[in-house]
Amino acid sequence: MKVGVIQFPGSNCDQDCVRAARIAGAEASYVWHKETRLPELDALILPGGFSYGDYLRSGAIAARSPVMGAVREFAERGGPVLGICNGFQTLCETGLLEGALTRNGSLKFECRDVHLSVEGRPTPFTQAIPAGRILRMPIAHADGRYHHDDPDSLTQRGLVVFRYVDAAGGATPAANPNGSLGNIAGITNPRGNVLGLMPHPDRACEPILGSADGKMLFDSVLCALRGARVRVG
Amino acid sequence: MKARIYVTLKKAVLDPQGKAVARSLQQLGFAEVEDVRIGKYIELTLRAASAEAARAHIENMCQKLLANTVIEDYRIEVEA
Repeated sequence: MKVGVIQFPGSNCDQDCVRAARIAGAEASYVWHKETRLPELDALILPGGFSYGDYLRSGAIAARSPVMGAVREFAERGGPVLGICNGFQTLCETGLLEGALTRNGSLKFECRDVHLSVEGRPTPFTQAIPAGRILRMPIAHADGRYHHDDPDSLTQRGLVVFRYVDAAGGATPAANPNGSLGNIAGITNPRGNVLGLMPHPDRACEPILGSADGKMLFDSVLCALRGARVRVG
Repeated sequence: MKARIYVTLKKAVLDPQGKAVARSLQQLGFAEVEDVRIGKYIELTLRAASAEAARAHIENMCQKLLANTVIEDYRIEVEA
């Protein structure tokens, strides 16, 4: 299985994503932002970081970079695409995902572990995660407050995949690190093949990092690509 | 030709920066301040046959890049 990680100028989690994909057992390679065609790939990751210095808006310029035409075609063919942090912001800016990420309600750069519930429709990145599982992984962002004109409609359509919760699974205001509407931490598209989230599964793939829960997303997409009906984690 | 573009957050979108600045102004004694909203101001120099043509092109630029219409409104002024 071949996973491509897009490198924009200012990406800083590209190596984390390549490592995470390799730990899960995939072949992983980098794709430069100036490429207009993708190599043969089974899944794509848009990594975290500060692409183009977050100029204008987080992810705005990355979303219009040369490689994104090929990313859009890959997504429209049903290829699994995962956007993490700045990658999520970029996917929203392209319109592949609904809504937008705005300045944290706290106005602070929030850098800490959060708990996430997994819900909504199955995606390649989450379908193998056991129901009811609460995941722990870090966030590190200043622009992570998810905004949507009608967040309830996202829930009704099963597009909310991750919510910020407390350790017991409650989506409380105290568990919401950035003021996201509905405690939304990650969403998918109606087809379910494009997923974006602000927390970093790539930084939680080994016990030495404090949590290996993030590895479940990478294990899950490899299971989905192989057509294996197994549970991970 | 020169143009000015004002990009502002839509009314329904929370502006924590504006709120922090409003609080700071109030602490400085400007008790009359009720609300602050912060946006972006863009100066653009471009070639265009007419102000109307310039405005149409800038409208396109705003839709494609300069504003995120999910969360932002924009207003264009073209210098005659």
